[in-house]
Amino acid sequence: MANITALARSPLHGRMPFQGSQTQIAERPFIGKLTLRGNAEDTGFAAGVGSILGVSLPTEPNTVTETGVCQISWVGPDEWLIYTADGAQKPLQERLKTALEGIHSAVVDVSDYYTIIRISGTRARDVLAKGCPLDLHPRVFRPGRCAGSLFLKAAIRIIQIDDTPIYDLQVRWTFAEYLFQHLVRGAEEWN
Amino acid sequence: MLQITCPWCGEREGIEFHCHGEAHIARPENSAEMSDAEWGDYVFFRKNPKGVHYERWTHDAGCRRWFNAIRHTVSDEFIAVYKPGEAIPELPEKYRDPASNRTGAPQSKETK
Amino acid sequence: MAQKNRLPDGGRIDRTKPVRFQFNGKRYDGFSGDTLAAALLANGVSLVGRSFKYHRPRGIMTAGSEEPNALVQLGTGARTEPNIRATQAELFDGLSADSQNCWPSVGFDIGAINSVMSKYLPAGFYYKTFMWPASLWMTYEHVIRNAAGLGKGPTESDPDRYAQHHTACDVLIVGGGPSGLAAALAAGRSGARTILVDEQSEFGGWLLTDDTEIDGMAPTDWVANTVKELAGLDNVTLLPRTTVSAYFDHNFLTAAQRVTDHLGPQENTKTPRQRFWKIRAKQVVLAQGSLERPIVFADNDRPGVMLAGALRTYINRYGVLPGREIVVFTNNDSAYRTAIDAKNAGAVVHLVDLRPDPDNPVVHQARQAGIQIHEGSAVVGIKGAKSIHGVEIAPLSEDGKSLAGPTFVVSASLVAMSSGWNPSVHLFSQSRGKLRFDDALTTFVPDHTPQKTRSAGACNGTFTLAGCLAEGMEAGAAAAKDAGFDSAIAGPSHVVKEDAPGSMRQVWTVPTVHPLGKGTRKHFLDHQNDVTAADVHLAAREGYLSVEHLKRYTTTGMGTDQGKTSNVNALAIMSEIRSASIPEVGTTTFRPPYTPTTYGAMAGQGVQELFEQYRGTAMHDWHVNNGAVFEDVGDWKRARYYPKPGEDMDEAVRRECKQARETVGIMDASTLGKIDIQGPDAAKLLNMVYTNAWSALKPGRARYGLMLNEHGMVFDDGVTTCIGENHYHMTTTTGGAARVLNWLEEWLQTEWPDMEVYCTSVTEEWAVATLSGPKAREVMEAVAPKMALDPQTFPFMAMQEGEVAGLPARVFRISFTGDLSYEINVPARYGMALWEALMEAGRPHGIVPYGTETMHVLRAEKGFIIVGQDSDGTVTPYDLDMDWIVSKKKDDFLGKRSLTRTDTARPGRKQLVGLLTEDPNFVLPEGAHLVKEVKPKPPMDTIGHVTSSYFSPNAGRSIALALVKDGLNLKGSSFQVPLMSGHVETVTITDTIFFDKEGERARG
Repeated sequence: MANITALARSPLHGRMPFQGSQTQIAERPFIGKLTLRGNAEDTGFAAGVGSILGVSLPTEPNTVTETGVCQISWVGPDEWLIYTADGAQKPLQERLKTALEGIHSAVVDVSDYYTIIRISGTRARDVLAKGCPLDLHPRVFRPGRCAGSLFLKAAIRIIQIDDTPIYDLQVRWTFAEYLFQHLVRGAEEWN
Repeated sequence: MLQITCPWCGEREGIEFHCHGEAHIARPENSAEMSDAEWGDYVFFRKNPKGVHYERWTHDAGCRRWFNAIRHTVSDEFIAVYKPGEAIPELPEKYRDPASNRTGAPQSKETK
Repeated sequence: MAQKNRLPDGGRIDRTKPVRFQFNGKRYDGFSGDTLAAALLANGVSLVGRSFKYHRPRGIMTAGSEEPNALVQLGTGARTEPNIRATQAELFDGLSADSQNCWPSVGFDIGAINSVMSKYLPAGFYYKTFMWPASLWMTYEHVIRNAAGLGKGPTESDPDRYAQHHTACDVLIVGGGPSGLAAALAAGRSGARTILVDEQSEFGGWLLTDDTEIDGMAPTDWVANTVKELAGLDNVTLLPRTTVSAYFDHNFLTAAQRVTDHLGPQENTKTPRQRFWKIRAKQVVLAQGSLERPIVFADNDRPGVMLAGALRTYINRYGVLPGREIVVFTNNDSAYRTAIDAKNAGAVVHLVDLRPDPDNPVVHQARQAGIQIHEGSAVVGIKGAKSIHGVEIAPLSEDGKSLAGPTFVVSASLVAMSSGWNPSVHLFSQSRGKLRFDDALTTFVPDHTPQKTRSAGACNGTFTLAGCLAEGMEAGAAAAKDAGFDSAIAGPSHVVKEDAPGSMRQVWTVPTVHPLGKGTRKHFLDHQNDVTAADVHLAAREGYLSVEHLKRYTTTGMGTDQGKTSNVNALAIMSEIRSASIPEVGTTTFRPPYTPTTYGAMAGQGVQELFEQYRGTAMHDWHVNNGAVFEDVGDWKRARYYPKPGEDMDEAVRRECKQARETVGIMDASTLGKIDIQGPDAAKLLNMVYTNAWSALKPGRARYGLMLNEHGMVFDDGVTTCIGENHYHMTTTTGGAARVLNWLEEWLQTEWPDMEVYCTSVTEEWAVATLSGPKAREVMEAVAPKMALDPQTFPFMAMQEGEVAGLPARVFRISFTGDLSYEINVPARYGMALWEALMEAGRPHGIVPYGTETMHVLRAEKGFIIVGQDSDGTVTPYDLDMDWIVSKKKDDFLGKRSLTRTDTARPGRKQLVGLLTEDPNFVLPEGAHLVKEVKPKPPMDTIGHVTSSYFSPNAGRSIALALVKDGLNLKGSSFQVPLMSGHVETVTITDTIFFDKEGERARG
């Protein structure tokens, strides 16, 4: 296949990041994303996944495990999302499928189903509070935590990266524009 | 404006959830032998109690899982939540109806 | 203009910051820190509005959010806002306000004729008078609504921004008076996440009016120290100018914060004008204080009659003495403080006390201050209408029902009244709390609530300052403890020197010189809705005895103030009439919002272009740049047609339809729902959710399926393709994507947990361009040279993976147009690249982009249904004449048993048929009904309705689909379709295929 990466467009293609003094908002386009389904209590599944990822899957709800190559977040009791570098998702998908041969599981490429919007800065939490009902107070929600929730009418998954704070918001392609505009509108109050 | 405890994700805002009506209605396996009335009972008829109600809910915006909840339809109190397939929790004493069975749990129908 | 009623010193206003404002077009001066009401009173303006029904002149009655009278229209143009309480509106430079409910002016109001006519306008007047004839109600309503109404809404869109703010906390404290501040100290010191909310511009509540010392400090100093400590705690959020408007289930409360209202209109700012807080609290402490009760006496609505506590607030907090000669009318001790403060401020004060023998320290203080006290007496009338010139006083009989001596008049311009205090139980009641009537306080107090909430201080019926501080501390500490902060303690108690509250004497209706309702003097209960004591008697005579009937019949308590000053008085009067106790009469349930809340704040930033998500495909920008007209399909924006310059919709669609059948068309089909289904039991799942059989489907092959719910009714359809072993790619309708995935998950998670299948939505993972038409293969050959495209290798209903335009693709040979079609799926990031490559490759073949409208026509030409348009949730596969898709061999599938229910299987159900109009150019409106017999006017017996209707350029005539009773047996029969226009079209029932009946084109 010819080099086609130049042809790729993300949902927020052409959108200027929002660079405020207290909040920054930008798309992280083209992160490789795989949905992984399987029974974590099935030793074959756990071993198969562990052999490829090098770590055990997070089984505590709404937590994230980092491997240096991948970021694995809990989505449901039999569902995880794996983020990896763009281009690495297809080989990883194949390796997982091979390791899970004969074990009931699914590995689905959802790299373009979602995009990620990163929001950071001292007002990031206040901006999120304008549409997201999750309690993101540092006593409750910390780096390494993730959760599925809503921002107004858009379904989001949120991962806290550090306590600056930085949050990554995963959103479906077709809701990215709505979410991005809302975040920027919310952030403009303080910039 | 409810606050609901997802059996996996914990306490979350009600807008992340949907209610799907009465729980513990098993799909009949012998539908071919059922009369219209029996099948109609499965398809159309649901309880609408004033008081303790066994319901199915989904945590749509969160983990997308189905679960069961015992909710009091007057006070909106969530008396218990439990995962599909788990045993139906016993009702606390104050909710038990002395006229019905001991725990107040739904009778005869299988957990689903 | 001089502020003639402004005291030379005192008050919490900033005298270094003068503020200019306008009221009814006239300029006035005030100070920063004033409310509009305080500034008007300072300027001697006592007439501020007209009442709702009788248009009686009205003044300022309170100093807070309970104000029933002084509602003004604030601001002009797009920012104008009606029903603003002058007692809450903070003064800013350039503020402009106008009276409401009056024309042409507040001083000379035509509508005041209603006051003269009041004898003929009793409670229920409108109900009784304008009922007949019913056909004239629309006319009456128009006139009545013009005459009534509270202020005017803006006609332009709101230029300001608003925001919502979700938050959670351990302890939410509502009210920042002594109890609330004390609660915040206890909760805050424990480390609990604490939010303290107060509706006023600064914390302190009654402590900003009262002078009782706390720990030897002036109360305002104690407030300042406390607020300073709280502000220093990271775990405490202070929200002044914020009204908790509603208390919902599970300790969810909403609050409207006025962020910039006190600064006036803000141009070019991105700061929201108001912020709507959505607060989930583990524990709540209600410390809202109490509201003073007016006395129901004759002429008690005259401008210049105000609550005694309010007068004290104007004197002490705002440095305003609104009258030099004042009558204080009371049934309790608290108003004596007002009298003393007024006297000290320089007023001549008469005290009229309903009690025959008041004997408390404060009474002696008043006497010593030189205030004349008229014991066992009452105010029985007022001299003056737009302002007060004198006050009529008379001694009262022992039972309080009649006058015990001659009336006499004292010169006065102001009456300050107090009938005791009502705890603010509004939020407690909203929390599903039950109230209890306290006989000693003669008012309702909180009893119990199912929610995690405590009441502290005056809102709990505790009326001593020491009691409020102690109760607040305890409530704050207990709330924090219950929220998990075990170290929480109620801090050291405060030293307060104060007198115990004395006795009260309730005279619910103070008699006057004529019997109630028989003369010119009116006893107002509900000032905003103009309900009098006589109206309650009328309601009782007419049988409206229960509180709910009383409320609706008289409208008492139904104004924007929700009867904050009137409810208990109304109940008490009804209880006297019925000789029942007040609790027997009952109390109404308080409902949100506590005070009116702007829609803007509730809507937050989700308005206009941010109101709804706007789901566009990966090719959306191309459609925009090429002039597409869009239509909403669910949340999606789909290209409907691509008009060329000068074309209207019909012309564009005809062109697209013709060209797509003659050469090749291209459509963006990305919006179709897509679900990845895999696992050993995948085929088993498909067999259960579709009506047809799936076990034999080989990899690389596709099949159309129909889904039924358990009622046996069609709810979605689509093509599902076997991608590989135990692996399928399901497509759903655009609108049904989420519903179908939920449907699959429901069965898998609840009924068939042992079925080994995983479903993953991949709708947006794939961008889809559909090529359709005789030249589609030639375009494909140009862009996919490596793919085998001959019909033998790649037949109809097959799928292959490969490269299209150099992009990784899945190509499906499926068709919704009945023509040779390829649905090309690529990862969404390449959607635009794919589309542009196909357009380029298609140009030599005359490619035409077409939208959903053309798609609808093309599929209707073939009789392909759209679920939800040609079906409506009452339609079975048999009704759609699709028996072929219902497997006779499968033991079970969802909905199967319902297909043999008596009603579902009966003959004569509505069935899908084609319709041809007599006039081939006449396009029936969708939804039109078919009848056997046309009558002069409806109702007519209908036998069915049109579900789809278009002009088909390829059939050369109009075509339609319809659901018609027993339609499948009526082919060839003609019926009438009467239309709104009066035209009646004759139609003939046909089959549903209007083009290429043999179906060879798609297979080509």
